[in-house]
Amino acid sequence: MKYSYYPGCSLESGAVEYDLSSREVLRLLGVELAEIPDWTCCGASAVEPVSRLLTLALPARNLALAEREAPDADMLVPCSACYLNHMRVERECEADRKLAARVNEALSAEGLSRSGTVRVRHLLDVLARDVGPERVGQAVVRRLEGLTVAPYYGCQVLRPYPLFDDPERPASMEPLLKALGVEVLDWDMGGRCCGASLMATKRAAALALVSAILDAASEADLIVTVCPMCQMNLEAYQKEAIRSGGRGRPVSVLYLPQLMGLALGLSEDDVLLGKNMAVTDALRGKLRAPAAATV
Amino acid sequence: MNERTEAVSLPAAATIAVDITALAEIQDMVRACMQCGTCSASCPNAPAMDRTPRSLWRMLLLGLVDEVLESRTFWLCSACYSCTLRCPRGLPLTEAMAALKRLAATDGRAADRKRGLFYEDFIRNVEKNGRVRETELMLHYFLDMRDPLLPLDYTPLGLKLLRKGKLRLGGSGQRGRLGPLFAKVREMEARP
Ligand code: SF4
Ligand code: SF4
Repeated sequence: MKYSYYPGCSLESGAVEYDLSSREVLRLLGVELAEIPDWTCCGASAVEPVSRLLTLALPARNLALAEREAPDADMLVPCSACYLNHMRVERECEADRKLAARVNEALSAEGLSRSGTVRVRHLLDVLARDVGPERVGQAVVRRLEGLTVAPYYGCQVLRPYPLFDDPERPASMEPLLKALGVEVLDWDMGGRCCGASLMATKRAAALALVSAILDAASEADLIVTVCPMCQMNLEAYQKEAIRSGGRGRPVSVLYLPQLMGLALGLSEDDVLLGKNMAVTDALRGKLRAPAAATV
Repeated sequence: MNERTEAVSLPAAATIAVDITALAEIQDMVRACMQCGTCSASCPNAPAMDRTPRSLWRMLLLGLVDEVLESRTFWLCSACYSCTLRCPRGLPLTEAMAALKRLAATDGRAADRKRGLFYEDFIRNVEKNGRVRETELMLHYFLDMRDPLLPLDYTPLGLKLLRKGKLRLGGSGQRGRLGPLFAKVREMEARP
């Protein structure tokens, strides 16, 4: 299994632990990644308000580079916002030939073009469907017994393009988590919005959403996420959310590949656990308990 | 000053005409709305909105443009796509919310225009550096910022990130990479 890899800007700064743990876990699972040389920003959600063409041309540039390097490989993207931006190029250009031609005209400025052979795939999609829970289970060297995990999916990984799971009640993480030996919390907040960038502009509204998610997860030892934005909202604003009226108690928030890495034999340092902003002492204790180190 | 204008803005004279076209485009997006209210019921931010999404579409189709642009509703959209996914008419509602932000940012309202400037700043940053160095959240924050006092509010997170060694302030190896693409897009969008 070989993929072109698009980390995206946030995995180079605020979400380095997501980048590193994804690379390590995929390596341990026998997945080969080739980082797209010279990739650039996909525009985040900032370009759409200014230029419609640039919104598509920026991610299309990365797709064209990926296509030039490895025309048959899927492009693996861990950040849900980057994923959606690239996916939109795929979908919109497929539906509108004229638009596709316009995008290619823009790319011609760099001698690039995109024919559409490269498929955009979210990290979770690759883990759940290409790698699969069986292979994950075989790679586990340390079953994480005694932990209850709340799988959190967020929005843009399944909406508006529900490619690999039910966007109303997502479940694709469950078999993967069970393969690690953990209990999966039965909750219905996995696909609920965390407020995304409202946390900056309309903080009260976003805090209400985060509080509700944390409240619902209070029976769990930790929440796992698959998006830097979700991770940031749930970990960095946790104290504020709880103070602002949530009944929840502090809960650890880890990226899915961080937790997988721990079960696959990586150390806390290997998965950069020190970079996380919400890791409770209780979780650290459980992770270090010898009981966790079976298999 | 000139650099900024050249970076992204349309010529001032074209603004009004573009706005009308943009408005018509948004109206087209929701033209088939049958007012069932599924979007409002699905929206996690509806409790904080002054108008429900459903009534916003109605006002839009009735041509109540000022009322629509004065509403806080579209600024409270967090792009969760729940409404888009569930609308029985299959309307692109999240896109319509984004288009309303775009419209408001080019509209005359001072606060909104400031917001537009930040988008321009961001884009210039991407054009220059190729990659963004700040965390995604910081980035969104600066984009959406309208209040000059807001950075103070944000300091605790900034410090947390700094302590974790998560704010990289250096340049990027992709410096200047996007120049030709931006120039081309600008040239294409300037065509009549
Ligand atoms: S869900 Fe669709 S049809 Fe129903 S009110 Fe909302 S926009 Fe109109
Ligand atoms: S996309 Fe926006 S308007 Fe639609 S449900 Fe989500 S927050 Fe509400």
